[in-house]
Amino acid sequence: MALVKDILETMEYGPAPEAAAEVLAWLKARRRFGHFIDGGFTAAGKTFAIDNPATGENLAEVTQGTAADVAAAVAAARAAQPAWAALPGHERAKWLYALARHVQKRDRFLAVLEVLDNGKPIREARDIDVPLVSRHFYHHAGWAEMLADEFPDAVPVGVCGQIIPWNFPLLMLAWKIAPALAAGNTVVLKPAEYTPLSALAFAEICAEVGLPPGVVNIVTGDGETGAALVAAPVDKIAFTGSTEVGRIIRRATAGTGKKLTLELGGKSPFIVFADADLDAAVEGVVDAIWFNQGQVCCAGSRILVAEAAEADFTARLTARLGKLRLGDPLDKCTDIGAIVHPVQLARIRDLVAQGQAAGAQLVQAECQLPAKGSFFAPGFMTGVHPANPVAVEEIFGPVATLTSFRTLDEAVELANNTRYGLAASIWTENISLALDIAARVKAGVIWVNATNLFDAGAGFGGMRESGFGREGGREGMAEYLKLPEPKPQPEAAPTRLDAAPLPGTPAAPGIDRTAKIYIGGAQKRPDGGYSYAVNAGSTHLGLAPLGNRKDIRNAVEAAHKAAGWGKATGHNRAQVLYFIAENLSARAAEFAARLASAGGDAAEVEASIRRLFYYAAQADKFDGAVHATKSAHVTLAMPEPFGVMGIACPNAAPLLGFVSLVAPAIAMGNRVVAIPAQSMPFAATDLYQVFDTSDLPGGVVNIITGARDELAKTLAQHDDVAAMWYCGSAEGGAMVEAESAGNLKATWTLRNRDWQGPGAQGPRFLARATQVKNIWVPYGE
Amino acid sequence: MTPDAKTPQFPRNPGHAFAADWFERVAVNTPAAGRRSESLAGRRSLKKEWQAAWLVNAIRCMDLTTLAGDDTPDRVARLCAKARRPLADHILAGLGLEAVQTGAVCVYPTMVAPAVKALAGSGIPVASVATGFPAGLMPLKLRLAEIHYSVEEGAAEIDIVISRGLALGGEWAALHDEIAAMREAAGAAHMKAILATGELRTLRNVYKASVVAMQAGADFIKTSTGKEGVNATLPVSLIMARALRDYGARTGFKIGFKPAGGMKTAKDALAWQVLMMEELGRDWLRPDLFRLGASSMLGDIERQLEHFVTGRYASSSRHALA
Repeated sequence: MALVKDILETMEYGPAPEAAAEVLAWLKARRRFGHFIDGGFTAAGKTFAIDNPATGENLAEVTQGTAADVAAAVAAARAAQPAWAALPGHERAKWLYALARHVQKRDRFLAVLEVLDNGKPIREARDIDVPLVSRHFYHHAGWAEMLADEFPDAVPVGVCGQIIPWNFPLLMLAWKIAPALAAGNTVVLKPAEYTPLSALAFAEICAEVGLPPGVVNIVTGDGETGAALVAAPVDKIAFTGSTEVGRIIRRATAGTGKKLTLELGGKSPFIVFADADLDAAVEGVVDAIWFNQGQVCCAGSRILVAEAAEADFTARLTARLGKLRLGDPLDKCTDIGAIVHPVQLARIRDLVAQGQAAGAQLVQAECQLPAKGSFFAPGFMTGVHPANPVAVEEIFGPVATLTSFRTLDEAVELANNTRYGLAASIWTENISLALDIAARVKAGVIWVNATNLFDAGAGFGGMRESGFGREGGREGMAEYLKLPEPKPQPEAAPTRLDAAPLPGTPAAPGIDRTAKIYIGGAQKRPDGGYSYAVNAGSTHLGLAPLGNRKDIRNAVEAAHKAAGWGKATGHNRAQVLYFIAENLSARAAEFAARLASAGGDAAEVEASIRRLFYYAAQADKFDGAVHATKSAHVTLAMPEPFGVMGIACPNAAPLLGFVSLVAPAIAMGNRVVAIPAQSMPFAATDLYQVFDTSDLPGGVVNIITGARDELAKTLAQHDDVAAMWYCGSAEGGAMVEAESAGNLKATWTLRNRDWQGPGAQGPRFLARATQVKNIWVPYGE
Repeated sequence: MTPDAKTPQFPRNPGHAFAADWFERVAVNTPAAGRRSESLAGRRSLKKEWQAAWLVNAIRCMDLTTLAGDDTPDRVARLCAKARRPLADHILAGLGLEAVQTGAVCVYPTMVAPAVKALAGSGIPVASVATGFPAGLMPLKLRLAEIHYSVEEGAAEIDIVISRGLALGGEWAALHDEIAAMREAAGAAHMKAILATGELRTLRNVYKASVVAMQAGADFIKTSTGKEGVNATLPVSLIMARALRDYGARTGFKIGFKPAGGMKTAKDALAWQVLMMEELGRDWLRPDLFRLGASSMLGDIERQLEHFVTGRYASSSRHALA
């Protein structure tokens, strides 16, 4: 028995355990869980054990989902979907409101369960995770209510397969289920193998509120269960987890028509400038990498600190590290709880050891680790050079790396020296500097003088190999909706590409015309030195360059050099697009004749001019939003160009198809490597003369003629191409999606359509040409 | 029990020549300070015996205060009686403690003599506000004379107010010299410099004023008079704690901190102690480095402690008035 008298000497905090009796009784009553399918729990099948990572004690047994279980869940979701989608938005809003309310009413139960299952400190589960869960359901009750007004033509995707990770089990569930349901989808969700319990409790809450059967289905299991869900006849897969698994899913869903969003790994920079509030930045590290034991995909795990502040910052950080309390996650004074699973603990230890072997020094909290359970003392590593494995690999544990920089340019260079692009934290008291860096860092979420801020009203998601798609806010809702697609139209089968001379096919009289490929604003001969004959029926139209891999490589390099285009104002880009339209108009007769000679539609010219005007108009109007998140925060949602995009054009409408795809891409600031209509590339190669007279900077549009699918494959595989549009065959689309897995570029495979029809232009093209960056700027003095 | 039997004696801050480079480029991010102070209450929790002990410690560190226009010697004597015996005997016994008393009693200069008399033999020091409290808008000569008067009356601690005008005008050197003169006037009496942070308005100013006061030889820096529109807040206290930590890192001297005004509950008492523990450490939970300037807070603490001892919720009508 502790005596007040003694405590007065030591001034220790003492134990402050959160009671777990209610939750343990719930677990004891259930012991073995089945799946939640069609509104009820199935009998438990073959089960595996779920242990408390803080103690190693068994909590429950859950069922390993089989392909048949997944099929049953998908069938239930499929059966429930039409009626759910047919409900008025207000009715779905009421269900989501009920879920929000019930999560709130069960908040401590859910928080304690999450702690037992995951090992995170009760403070975080109680103060961060669960409140965000109910906030997410409230927010999306609102979207359900307003759906018809806000997304007038959209319809739900259908049945969504959702696979979530173990780091924020209930929160990730909410991020997945709330928007899906609001939009009128039904779901089959697979919680992580390590942490399925809060999803099962949520299933009971669904039953408690009386949610219609089949709307939410939960199937537990490991990666095999996940693979079965990916392979199942669902309409969308939403995945949060590792980049490695994301790649597998990208390949598995290629060509299936399943909509896909991936929220993957990160190695997010945490940039501290010399003029920052260093104490605030130190607390930022606490909230970044020492939050949730560092098992946070968007954790600021790479600390980049200005040389001028490095010693001071490191000293403060070391002192702060000494104040962290590691231990029982149920204790209200615990800062660092348990690592989710012994396997993850081993991975952290291994990576840290690799980092040390590569020359880094580990500064680690001197805390006593509990005798049992999976614990890792928090810390950070200094002397980390960019080539060190710990600078590259996601540790997913409470260990950051610390590297210094000299100039702000070097800070940006280091920040972007990663395959990922999920989040970034920027610390400076200079708002001009902060926003400059925010614009230059490749990341989907940027926090200025803060870190790990979340709100249902703001989009969350990454760039590069951190995945694509957003969760939260308007942009997140769009991922669970689809717009009616225009009717596909067949395109001409590409003609055989023949590089051999074709005697007896003289072209039109006059001087021989030479089409070249167009790279960096210059006409180039193809690297391979081959050309192919372009014919219209039996008429020989001329020779086109037969582009190859190296031409693609050169074009991508040229496109990267034209980075200034992305920084130009929308007005500047509009001027160039208008000027292209003007100069095309001046040569309209010539273009019309060329199209006519190929048996095409001369009306494409006028339509192309209109299209250029349309995207010139949009260039300075398709802009972002300020999301309503927390008070005294400006949360900017800014559409940014991807950078370098590949575009494979339809083998139809050789001028209009090309303009319809290239114009929206460049209007948003992208640079493009385009493969024009294979059978009639001259409409595009004629156009580069128009570009040359229209102030279009070299490298913004690059044109490589040749075999579309072969060139598209090279583009899809190219790791320095950020997005790819492919208009062509289903097989070609599947190929592009599968090959894009290398760097997880965003892809859009669209079918040939009536390019004069309503489905050939509009904001959806612009949305596909951009990715939203959310920049959080807390303010106040 | 004496205020703190194991109180170490920290060497007194001799001050330092005015040095603007210690503070002029300070960066303080207000939203971040808000987040830190807001999250602290959720990061540390005190239960049962530990909570009781920390509440008792708050009493040991309390400057039990009356600063009202209607203060009289009898009123002050009543306050002093409470300072000697802040907890009812049955509560004290239930806690297993022999004696507890407050850190000091804080009054106006003319009430110093009655307070000294009432506290005779207790060892409880009398603190006097001075220098034209609370506004400080009196000629320096009179302000210094007031310090001398209070010291002569028997005050062991002098709570001075700084000239907010000098701070707001950026006249930091002039402010330094003024405070240094006050410190000299205080002599052996310990000087607490009240920054009136609610009127300095920004956390940057709070940090700067804190450093200037310490350079001028303050033994304590104190948030507020209790008479400003906004008095002690956690973000302000956080920044002052960091300022005295930085001063300590440069000079090796430990400076005391006193939040004052606006803190009324036992919960407040815990929140500020947790801030001290987390930002500064154990030493700042001793009365010679930490004081809570409060009056009504003691009543709430006593009720909480009675609940701890008896298991029943308490009524303040059963506790002696302060």
